[in-house]
Amino acid sequence: MNSICISTEPEPAVATPLVLPMPQAHLKAGFPSPAEDFTVNRLDLTQILVSHPQATFLMRVSGTSMQDAGIDDGDMLVIDRAIKPRHGHVVVAVVDGEYTVKYLHQRAGRVRLKAANPTFPDIIPKDGQTIEVWGVVSSCIKRFIT
Amino acid sequence: MYALVDGNNFYVSCERVFRPSLNGRPVIVLSNNDGCAIARSNEAKDLGICMGAPWFQIRHLEQQAGLVALSANFTLYGDMSDRMMSLAAGLGPTQEIYSIDESFIGLNGVRGDLVARGHKVRDRILQWIGIPTCIGIAPTKTMAKLANHIAKTAERKPGSYPAELAQVCNLAALPAQDLDDVLQATDVGDVWGVGRRISKQLKEQGIQTVLDLVRMDPATIRRGWNVTLEKTVKELQGQPCVDLDDAPEPKQQIACTRSFGQPVTKLESLIEAVSEFASRAGEKLRKQNSLARELLVFMHTSPHRQGPQLSRSVVVPLRRPTDDSRLLAGAAADGMRRMYLAGYRFIKAGVILVDLQPASVQQQELDLEPEQEAEMPRDRSRLMVAMDVINQRYGKGTVHVGSTGQTVPVRAWGMKQERRTPQYTTRLEDVPVVRA
Repeated sequence: MNSICISTEPEPAVATPLVLPMPQAHLKAGFPSPAEDFTVNRLDLTQILVSHPQATFLMRVSGTSMQDAGIDDGDMLVIDRAIKPRHGHVVVAVVDGEYTVKYLHQRAGRVRLKAANPTFPDIIPKDGQTIEVWGVVSSCIKRFIT
Repeated sequence: MYALVDGNNFYVSCERVFRPSLNGRPVIVLSNNDGCAIARSNEAKDLGICMGAPWFQIRHLEQQAGLVALSANFTLYGDMSDRMMSLAAGLGPTQEIYSIDESFIGLNGVRGDLVARGHKVRDRILQWIGIPTCIGIAPTKTMAKLANHIAKTAERKPGSYPAELAQVCNLAALPAQDLDDVLQATDVGDVWGVGRRISKQLKEQGIQTVLDLVRMDPATIRRGWNVTLEKTVKELQGQPCVDLDDAPEPKQQIACTRSFGQPVTKLESLIEAVSEFASRAGEKLRKQNSLARELLVFMHTSPHRQGPQLSRSVVVPLRRPTDDSRLLAGAAADGMRRMYLAGYRFIKAGVILVDLQPASVQQQELDLEPEQEAEMPRDRSRLMVAMDVINQRYGKGTVHVGSTGQTVPVRAWGMKQERRTPQYTTRLEDVPVVRA
């Protein structure tokens, strides 16, 4: 039996294509290009916005309860389910079978969902109810020209 | 060692990720044309709905028991499967994707507690993409499949197996006596590769449980049944006979058949349909680098409906082995013209490419048809490659053979998918809405 040395911790495979720079030096016979050692990748928005490709989902915002957090009606949210939700995170939670986006507020063992708009009340779970966090919002994409 | 990672009620679980209101309710997913149940939530199983139950037989449960039935959304399932498979791959160094919701992971060289590792991967899949899975671990694939069945059953029906086997079950880690107990508690029909017929025969011979089967002599099994069942028994005894095959053999036939959304009576619509099926089959043929020598076209009326019944098929030999969608579609249309009869309401038609050969083998021909030389078909292989690339980039059917008819929504024979959910992860217009 082959003994393949791999980590004892399971690691997820990378799902997005990864572009590697390839120097073209071996193709040329004459004077080498002075830039060839400096081959780099152009910045890629996907790599900046998506840390865990498998766990990343997009949702469209409807409503104004998060406007003071810079999340407006019609914005696109990037949700990373690989991030463990913590106090202060903007999260997508499931309330009465529907998705809602709010601040996750966790203090003294109490959990509530807070809006970023004073006209919206906090969502407080009733006795025995739990708040199900669907995922943590990692970015908000706001387009001015489409 | 192998692990089998399998999504629980996979299609239903995918739907629930994007519609949390479906949690706790009986949900089923229906096959093409909303025909029969192809996935069931545990609540739907508890209602007594069987795999493959026709929709019209269980329709009343919508009113009576709050059953939710959805049309299959394969675009969504495909994307979720992709995410799940790449996370499952973290379990070990090799992976064979066996179906949309199952993959075998080779565990050679993996050290440490396999059950703990399995739970880590399972938890990650659940948290990252929301799909519950079960993992079976064992020295052979057949046993891994069995271990997976035990992991699932132990979770769904507490008390059927020891509770610690739920979700992740490693048969190799069980002491001999405990393993025997588990195999004793498992019906022989639950073994991978033992169908209903063979399981009935085995039971007539007094082989009721998996333990009974494991204790059989493989040679006796081969004499009484066949080599395949012998391999199964050897696998259950811990002797690997089924490898991880990363490149499956090319298929010996390629079929593209479909039920229509509503009955079709006109010849033109039928020709459109079979031309489309033929070009779709042609795409599959080119993908595996084969040529077809013959093509079978069939159609039939619905046995469940009133009115005159007709079922016909015709085999159209191709002049030369080909993978050219135009020639295949032409042959399918010819076949349809030959067998069509007016006055029937057809519900299903299909094209099956048979007698396949590798594209690398070409039969040389004697020059016996000089008068037709001018009509020698031009080599269209580059056209076909271009067609496949365009359709891959801009969507199915962007360029197509003329006889397949109109653009998708207008076609009379299109699929019925009244209950399909949006393509949440693959179409920008379809992403879920979150209330703020």
